[in-house]
Amino acid sequence: MSAGPAPKSSQSPQAPLSRRAFLKVGAAAGGGLVLGFAIPALRTAGLAAATPAFFEPNAFIRIDRNGDVLLTMPQVEMGQGIYTAISMILAEELDVAFDRVSVEAAPPDDALYANPALGFQATGGSTSILAFWMPMRQAGAGARAMLVEAAAAVWKVDPTACTTATGEVIHGASARKLAYGALLERVARLQPPKNPPLKALNDFRLIGTAAKRLDTPDKVNGKAVFGIDALPPGVKFAVLMASPVFGGKVAHVDDGAARGIAGVRQIVVLDDLVAVVGDHTWAAKQGLEALNVTWDEGANARVTTEEVFDQLKAASERTGVVAKSVGDVAHAFSSGPTVEALYHVPFLAHATMEPMNCTVHVRPDACEIWVGNQVLSRTQAIAAKVTGLSKDKVIVHNHLIGGGFGRRLEVDGIAKAVRIAQKVDAPVKVMWTREEDIQQALYRPFYFDRLQAQLSDGKISAWKHRVVGSSILARWAPPAFVNGLDSDAVEGAAELPYNVPNFHVEYVRQEPPGVPTCFWRGVGPTHNIFVVESFVDELAHQAGKDPVDFRREQLAKTPRLLACLDVVARESGWGQPLPTRVGRGVSVQSAFGSYLATVAEAEVDEHGEIRVRRLVCAVDCGVVVNPDTVVAQIEGGIIFGLTAALHSQITLARGRVQQSNFNNYRMMRINEAPRIEVHIMHSTEAPGGIGEPGTVTAAPALANALFAATGVRVRKLPIDRKALAAKATG
Amino acid sequence: MLELQINGKAHQVDVPENMPLLWVLRDVLALTGTKFGCGIAQCGACTVHLGDQAVRSCVLPVGSIQGRPITTIEAIGATPVGERVQKAWLDLEVVQCGYCQSGQIMSAVALLSATPRPEDADIDAAMAGNICRCGTYVRIRAAIKKAAQAG
Repeated sequence: MSAGPAPKSSQSPQAPLSRRAFLKVGAAAGGGLVLGFAIPALRTAGLAAATPAFFEPNAFIRIDRNGDVLLTMPQVEMGQGIYTAISMILAEELDVAFDRVSVEAAPPDDALYANPALGFQATGGSTSILAFWMPMRQAGAGARAMLVEAAAAVWKVDPTACTTATGEVIHGASARKLAYGALLERVARLQPPKNPPLKALNDFRLIGTAAKRLDTPDKVNGKAVFGIDALPPGVKFAVLMASPVFGGKVAHVDDGAARGIAGVRQIVVLDDLVAVVGDHTWAAKQGLEALNVTWDEGANARVTTEEVFDQLKAASERTGVVAKSVGDVAHAFSSGPTVEALYHVPFLAHATMEPMNCTVHVRPDACEIWVGNQVLSRTQAIAAKVTGLSKDKVIVHNHLIGGGFGRRLEVDGIAKAVRIAQKVDAPVKVMWTREEDIQQALYRPFYFDRLQAQLSDGKISAWKHRVVGSSILARWAPPAFVNGLDSDAVEGAAELPYNVPNFHVEYVRQEPPGVPTCFWRGVGPTHNIFVVESFVDELAHQAGKDPVDFRREQLAKTPRLLACLDVVARESGWGQPLPTRVGRGVSVQSAFGSYLATVAEAEVDEHGEIRVRRLVCAVDCGVVVNPDTVVAQIEGGIIFGLTAALHSQITLARGRVQQSNFNNYRMMRINEAPRIEVHIMHSTEAPGGIGEPGTVTAAPALANALFAATGVRVRKLPIDRKALAAKATG
Repeated sequence: MLELQINGKAHQVDVPENMPLLWVLRDVLALTGTKFGCGIAQCGACTVHLGDQAVRSCVLPVGSIQGRPITTIEAIGATPVGERVQKAWLDLEVVQCGYCQSGQIMSAVALLSATPRPEDADIDAAMAGNICRCGTYVRIRAAIKKAAQAG
């Protein structure tokens, strides 16, 4: 349940190891064994350009004499179940009981713990299973092969006569057994095998089962510790306020009233923000509200949503950088009529339930940080930069994450907290109010899309799509922003699952004035699949075809997706009659190495109010490690996507974000949540990502259902209820 | 000095009477299972029990509740309903990031204490004040029904 740039979905997620030895072994303290192995770089076109071609060992497994296995986990747990899934893969190939595997969070270190899909230590873009699947299997299998070799040497038998089960090597012919823990010293002297045999998929006993999550028991009894729960001894509490206009500066602060509030200890004034430090958050918050701050609002003081929109629309008239071009679209378009449409989607905030926060203790010789985020090494680096300390003097205690969704791939808050902490002679917990969290954030870009297509013989014969918007990659991973093309901004648009003979997709970069942008759950495809699948629905209507049939006839090159479509058509009752103003809509996608088809069913009342009744999904994400986690991620992703489609937009007036809290930046609630049915396709392909796809599919499936219910085409989000009502009554 | 009855124990706290219970729990008493989400009673992450009632501690001044029993997520598992709800939450793997779940569980326990066999409409009414950004609503509904059946 993350967000971040995705590796190209057209690339094979299989990343075979090419080096001679991939496993290193060594003795550990207490007679244990440490296995270091390499997670190789994925051969992706985008971000991996910034990735070294060859890694030193960057993942570590420790086996203790009592048979316990400890995995040093580079990936961060934020509810997506990654601790559990990666542990399952290791336990499977190593052949140990799942409950003997435990996980410790890796410290910040790019050299050791870089995510091979992203090039540095980050958890995002639904990359974790995709990147770790093969290396984790090979490491487990390599360790198991060495344990077998060691036991066979003890018994003076042929290793091929030995088997393993739940932490023991077994010689069946002589009914002898040796526990792994008894073999570690011998293993440490062995050469790792070059090509250890992996288990056959149908020999899996753990992978494919709904093993219980490792991280959940402490999340139902209040014991789980998130970053916001850190309470180092002597901690003070601060609440901050940055300039309400992006880029503004503090001009004057009148702090007389604030200093009179009980529990207020210190007022911190920096050039672009103020903070009040107190004995508890309440005192700090009261103090902040009592401050009278005059801002020098700067160049962005007049920015409005309308201005942003007008700039994007104007930019859409420009020729962009070509993302993909096949055939001759211009020639095709000159030969007959075309269908055209404009789409746009708004800025979005992440609104993680755990508001931004960061606890910092700056001392002369060190900086200690308590936080939960998705980019540990960047956290360390920004703190080093702000304080002038070397990185090894920055100690980061990473925590469970109360919602990431892309927001915690950023370190803007770390920098602010460290700057405040530099002025405070104690550890200080810097808290964002919900208002500050929503108004002083980075946002999913506002995108504007221009589309044109041509039909012949009931199929798409030519397609042109120009994507216009901010480039996140240009700021977040500059080496991946190549020749003006943001591969994330066009992901889901540049590669369609359909056979289209003439195809042209462009990207125009247009940065909004002053508004910082960042990844948001589902990343590029959340926007692009909404646009593409809505427009495909328009073309089906234009062609006079059933939306499922229209897609089915053009998906020959993507058989895994075609199979998903057939399942959801059947399971949703596609084609069966519905009451008036109730409709079904379909959407299909290939993204993050996974295939997904969805049918949404929604009804619209005469006022245009929407009730989402049901969503039926079929997902092919390759070999499934934990099917219950896959279902949970699709369910949650769909709610996340429906929330955005139905409720969410960040708007600007006088340079200020107009939304502030859950009363005006609405979330879907339980009384609005539809039934969700998820069908997992059996597959022996390499695993794909699953955190983002549910979010991606929600808006287009719903929008197409609303068209079926009302005849009104949704070309912008959030969905305009008035437009749906007007059609019904007018 | 105020005296608060929290999880069966008396606590003396030196805080202003208008200070919301949430910050007393988290910042003064280090009971961090109760979460801050919005500060305006819109999200339910801070839900605790005042007597048998689910209340939003982010807007509840401590001066108004002296002497009345408060129960937080740290102690709810000691009650029969709380134990059943926690078990159902784990059996159905409701939790994702987990940040809102303290509040969800406290609201669910209050619901089941008052309405042991809730209909969907009862669940909607009792739980609509608790936002889950990970979108675990489908499972929350199922887990409440499972906990009800176990009672």
